[in-house]
Amino acid sequence: MINSKYFFKGFKSIKGLDSPALALGASFIAIGALLKNIGFNLEQSIFSTFLTYALPGSLVMAESFLIGASLINIFLAVWLVNTRLYPMTVSLMPLLLHKSQPRWKYYLSCHFIAVSAWLIMKGKYQSVEKKHRIDFWIGIGTGTWSIAIVSTVIGFLASDYLNKDMMIGLAIVNPVYFTCMMVGAMKSLQISLSIILGAILGPAFFFISPEWSVLYGGASAGTIAYFIGEFK
Amino acid sequence: MSEMSSNIIVVILITSFATYLSRFLGVVSSEKIKETSKIFKWFNCIAYSVLAALIARMVIFPAGELAESGIVIRLFVVAVSVVMFLFTKKNLVYPTVLSAILLSLLNSYL
Repeated sequence: MINSKYFFKGFKSIKGLDSPALALGASFIAIGALLKNIGFNLEQSIFSTFLTYALPGSLVMAESFLIGASLINIFLAVWLVNTRLYPMTVSLMPLLLHKSQPRWKYYLSCHFIAVSAWLIMKGKYQSVEKKHRIDFWIGIGTGTWSIAIVSTVIGFLASDYLNKDMMIGLAIVNPVYFTCMMVGAMKSLQISLSIILGAILGPAFFFISPEWSVLYGGASAGTIAYFIGEFK
Repeated sequence: MSEMSSNIIVVILITSFATYLSRFLGVVSSEKIKETSKIFKWFNCIAYSVLAALIARMVIFPAGELAESGIVIRLFVVAVSVVMFLFTKKNLVYPTVLSAILLSLLNSYL
C-alpha cells in the first residue's frame, strides 16, 4: 500500500544537519506551553496539534479563544491565516500525482502540508521518481508531524520552567529556520524574486490591512515575480 | 465533561476544519494542473512569496512573546543567522541554535 523504502527515506529527513526537528520542536514547545496557559489540558493540546498541525492557525485559535470570540469568528480567523496552504498545496501536489497511486493518499497526506515539510519536499522531490514521490512525502509528513506532537507534550509539561527570555528565544528559532530555508531555495530568478518581493511587500501591506497583508503582499509579489521571470 | 472542556473540543474541531479546507481544495485543484503548465509556475511563485511575506511579518510585526523584544535586535539576530547559514555550507543547526541563545541574551542585557 505504502512503499516502506520511500516512506522511511522521507521519514529520515528529520535527521541530519538540515533537519527541521529543532525549529519545529522549538515552536511547538512554545505552542504546548501556550495551550496550557490558556486552560487546555494535555489531551486537548495533543488533539489540537494532531488535527491542525499548522502553527499560525494554532496561534490564532489560542488568541481568539482567550478573548472569547464566537465560533464563526474563530473559523474565519483561522481560515484566513491558513489560506496560504492553498497555493502551497497547488504548487506541491501536481509534482506528486501519479496515476498508479490511489487518491486517498493525496487527500489524507495533504494534512501534512505546513511550511517545514513543504520546503523539504520542494528541495528533494527531484531525487525520487514520480511514482514513489507520494510515499516519500507521507514519510516526510509523518516525521515532521510526530515531532510537532511530541514537542507539544514537552512544552505543555515544561511550561512552568520556561521563563520569558527562554520563550522569546524559542520564538525566534522558527522564523530564522524558515528564512535560512528560503535563502537556500533561491535557485532561479523567478523564485528569488518571489521570495525577496514577498518579504518586502508582505510587511508593506501590513500598514494597509494587518489581517490581509500576507495574502495581498504574497499574491502581488508572486504575480510580479512570475511575469518578470516569464518575459525577461 | 464540563461545559468548558466540551467547548475546547469544539474550538479544536473548528480550527482543524478551517485549516484542512485550504489543503483539501488545493488537492482538488491539483488534479487538473500539470506541473509543466503556466498556472503551476504562477502558483509556485505565489506560494514562495506568501511564505516570505509570512516570515517577514513574523519578524517585523510579531505576535505573542516575540513582540517583547526590540525590532532592531530581531533583525540583527536574523541577519547574523543567515550569514552563519551561508558560511557553514547551509547547515541549519548552528544558525537556529545560535539565534535562540543570541536573542535571549540580547533581550535580557540590552
